Amino acid sequence: MEFTTNSPVKIKGEPLSALPQDLYIPPDALEVYLETFEGPLDLLLYLIRKHNLDILDIPMADLTVQYMAYVDKMKTVNLELAAEYLLMSAMLIEIKSRMLLPKPTEVEEEDDPRAELVRRLMEYEAIKLAAQRLDALPKVGEQIDVAAAYYQQISQVQPPEVSLDDLVEAWRNVLKRAKLNQHHKLGRAELSVREHMSLLLRRLSATPVLRFDELFDLEAEGVPKLVVNFLAMLELAKEGLIRITQQQAFGVIYVQANSSSEDS
Amino acid sequence: MREPDSIQEMKHILEAALLTSPQPLALDDLLKLFAGRMERATLRMLLDELKADWVEKTLDLVQVASGYRFQAKVEYSEYLSRLNPERQPKYSRAVMETLAIIAYRQPVTRGDIEQIRGVAVNPNVIRQLQERDWIDVVGQREVPGRPSLYATTKHFLDDLNLRSLAELPPFEAFAQTEIPLE
Repeated sequence: MEFTTNSPVKIKGEPLSALPQDLYIPPDALEVYLETFEGPLDLLLYLIRKHNLDILDIPMADLTVQYMAYVDKMKTVNLELAAEYLLMSAMLIEIKSRMLLPKPTEVEEEDDPRAELVRRLMEYEAIKLAAQRLDALPKVGEQIDVAAAYYQQISQVQPPEVSLDDLVEAWRNVLKRAKLNQHHKLGRAELSVREHMSLLLRRLSATPVLRFDELFDLEAEGVPKLVVNFLAMLELAKEGLIRITQQQAFGVIYVQANSSSEDS
Repeated sequence: MREPDSIQEMKHILEAALLTSPQPLALDDLLKLFAGRMERATLRMLLDELKADWVEKTLDLVQVASGYRFQAKVEYSEYLSRLNPERQPKYSRAVMETLAIIAYRQPVTRGDIEQIRGVAVNPNVIRQLQERDWIDVVGQREVPGRPSLYATTKHFLDDLNLRSLAELPPFEAFAQTEIPLE
């Protein structure tokens, strides 16, 4: 029977290589052994296998004595004893006492109080071995390396948000009309986005709701002004001073002031 | 678009797809490569040929639960692992025993696992297996509390190089009883 501990354990400086051959366990080693076992079934199985007991004919008295000795040791070291170990003790004692009762004349196999314990021990042992086998199988990321040659995938471009689309489309229409109505006015006016933000807000305080295209006076303004105006509008929206809304997709876009107070 | 007209070309298309796919490709995936103009039987035959073509090379074409994939031949694993020393850490006994119970006894509840192992199931154990995508919840048992039923995933089979649960080592082989000779 093999035990694997994750780290080399040392007891009083001596490396621990195997479990003790008798029942005496140095107190400071007990915790280590407990970690070696996966629980009460594992401990029982260890005792049975170690003493070459026939699993189908467990000498209950011996086994219980040994098991209780372990559990008592755990108590003396004042370990927080897992409830499962105590439960197993109770079960062993119950089985033992039932075996002491006078037997009915005809004994059937299922009547053996040990039957359930034996079934569980055998199932657990099978699972234990199955786990070792699974562990030994080659796995992707351990012994199996999967081929993954690179190729340049053409990524699907996500369509932009509809509302933004509409905004751009509306803006294009404004520009288109602006181009048709271009007055060749030269001169470099100092254009400030902030200034246009104020102008826009002022207009909105007079008319709380404006249609998008009403904001852009094509007759009076050249393309650069329109651009600044558009930027001013986006900036206002970003700062939460105005709201840009639309009742339905591709519908008319409205711009309105975001202030609850209405100045007259 | 021109469709492939030679066996060789079809095999090359399959090869390119399988070599570049990050996960195994099922027959249905591979059929898409030929826009529905291929019989499954033909596809299987081509895959068999492709497998044979690679015998002398560095990769094996293998079939796992979710489909076909290329993987390095076992003899290179030792060398390849040097490129990536940070391989999967070993799982604890508790994790492996829980996995074995789910694999062989599925679908099972946490209670079933506790019954077999005789100890409470640490939630971490289940979480580790779920994060690896080796187990998932396939339903609830219709009893009070409706506990989750766990089963192993296709991904688990893929990772262990298996086509189905039937390819796991037979469970009966693990029952080690010494039946007295009488």
